[in-house]
Amino acid sequence: MDAFFSLMHGFDVLLTPMNLAYMVVGLLFGVLLGFLPGVGGANGIAILLPLTFSMPNTTAIIMLAAIYWGALFGGCISAILFNIPGEPWSVATTFDGHPLAKQGRAGEAITASMTSSFIGAFFATVVLTFLAPIVANFALDFGPPEYFSVYLLTFCSFVGMGRQSPFKVISAMMLGFAFASVGTDDITGGLRLTFGTETLLTGFHFLIAVIGLFGIGEILVTIEKGLHFEGRSAKINPYVVWQTWKKLPQYWVTIVRGTLVGIWLGVTPGGATPASFMSYGLAKRFSKNGPLFGTGQLEGVVAPETAAHSAGTSALLPMLTLGIPGSPTAAVLLGGLLIWGLQPGPLLFVEQKDFVWGLIASIYLGNVVGLVIVLSTVPLWASIMRIPFSIIAPIIIVVCAIGSYTLSNAPADLIFMVMFGVIGYLFKKLDYPLAPMVLAIVLGGRAESSFRQAMIGSQGDISTFWSNGLVGSITALSMVMLFWPLISMLIGKLLRRRTPAAASAN
Amino acid sequence: MSEVSEDEDLSPVVTSNRTMNIVVALALMVVATVVMVSSYRLGAGWAKNVGPDSGYFPFYVSLFMFITSGATLIQNVFWRSAEGQRGFIKQHELMMVLQVLIPMFIFVVLSIYIGIYISMALFVGFFMTWHGRYPIYKTLPVMLALPVVLFVVFEIWFLVPLPKGPFEAWLGY
Repeated sequence: MDAFFSLMHGFDVLLTPMNLAYMVVGLLFGVLLGFLPGVGGANGIAILLPLTFSMPNTTAIIMLAAIYWGALFGGCISAILFNIPGEPWSVATTFDGHPLAKQGRAGEAITASMTSSFIGAFFATVVLTFLAPIVANFALDFGPPEYFSVYLLTFCSFVGMGRQSPFKVISAMMLGFAFASVGTDDITGGLRLTFGTETLLTGFHFLIAVIGLFGIGEILVTIEKGLHFEGRSAKINPYVVWQTWKKLPQYWVTIVRGTLVGIWLGVTPGGATPASFMSYGLAKRFSKNGPLFGTGQLEGVVAPETAAHSAGTSALLPMLTLGIPGSPTAAVLLGGLLIWGLQPGPLLFVEQKDFVWGLIASIYLGNVVGLVIVLSTVPLWASIMRIPFSIIAPIIIVVCAIGSYTLSNAPADLIFMVMFGVIGYLFKKLDYPLAPMVLAIVLGGRAESSFRQAMIGSQGDISTFWSNGLVGSITALSMVMLFWPLISMLIGKLLRRRTPAAASAN
Repeated sequence: MSEVSEDEDLSPVVTSNRTMNIVVALALMVVATVVMVSSYRLGAGWAKNVGPDSGYFPFYVSLFMFITSGATLIQNVFWRSAEGQRGFIKQHELMMVLQVLIPMFIFVVLSIYIGIYISMALFVGFFMTWHGRYPIYKTLPVMLALPVVLFVVFEIWFLVPLPKGPFEAWLGY
């Protein structure tokens, strides 16, 4: 019940006019970002971070988190109406959402997707509320070896669970670590990898990387396709909403499955995008409507949206309790905490009660308000989408540049932004994953410090990562994750060998 | 705009995924080598009273990067997959990308020297005339409104300074 009282306290913190106003601003801004292709939650938050330096921490995190919820909602509008996913996690929504819009049922599709997003997020938030304090409490005893093994598990999970080539996953991740180590060494205070230049003294800021990789890179990928918006209009009125709501309960199995998939992939660093694909795939396979998926099934919209939103929300659980973000957007929020001088991790729950519980309360309220705002403003967003890309694209680029510059008033950051944009474009086209790279840039310094502290503690004895049951099992699990592509290949071979044998035995 | 014109469809493929995979893998291996050499010089072993030295972490990180990029390289050089044979980019697509990338680069460099407000007006103006083929009377209002709005938001409302040049100095900022 402790968590419940803390949550009530959180609402107390949240319910000031200023916090509520910033939450609504954040939501609106987030929907806009989520809705436009080329900018998303991660780099939207990155661009706005410098503006929050002068705000109280709690207000700042509430606004930035609201952008995240808004972006999660917004991505599906353009996916359904224009067949252009505003965000990677709404790609799976286009499969059935756009066919529905073509049949003139866009209103239903949007209502179903928003409502199922809301349900997914709500259950993930409940899990977050009650599980986070327990995890945080547990993590209070963590020392450097434990922390390093958790980092190891995070990064190895990308190899084990990614659908890309494991070589490319590791290359992208290591490039991120290399970027993270440029500049001042946190432990000795010495310089490294600056190649004698002054520009590199402070290293690469991860926000520049996020804006470049996700913002500029995405614009380049989008522009290549020439971008033709062919929109469908949506009629949304209370009657349509009500009719759709009446249909939703019959998809409860899909909703429950989507939520669980989302929570699982959000807590382990999968993030919203794989969660939405996985949930869509599972629904297609197990639902009795499965064969009709792709022709405009409401269930095909419900499945990815529930999972995406619950993954996006539960990604905050490891971010708050362990300082390990479960998604790129959560990684940017984590960077925000560091800039505001807050140390993410279990102590946050002890020392910054207002901050943590204010944030968690804002997730509940943000999703309710978000649902209402988005459902009532769909026509407005659809009309923004009719502004041609030749006006929107340069404005997005200008805004990205401003975001990069305001971070530390360094002109060189503008050049780095373009450089990361080109890397993002190439990596995206060649199927190198961006999420582990961003996470490596954000967490590189902390992972390195915990490794080196653990090594100093044990006098260079690597067996410290197996020294007790906890750290040993996390390290072992990491190794399983790291070699999972190999293990699953071997299992596959064994099974294939057994199947013909079994067949002949019959 | 939604119709794909015929010459776009026939536009030749510039390069294949396989070639680009090889190029990027080689580039990553070069980066890895540079980082390894630099970290090794700094000290990539065990230092007294410090534990693992400054170069330790970047050295091993780039060693892994070298190995995995090498694996991607070998995969693409020796195994021909259907995915690898697919085109990486078509000529007209490459033109589109370059038509955005090059002006963007010029915009960014200009911002550093003459300030971001003038540069963004030029950039948006260029984009609208070149890509959107808008007449000047539609382009000009956007060119003027965007910097003014952003100026008010950033310099006056949030008090966040953006790169400024001689023109802003002449106005007294």
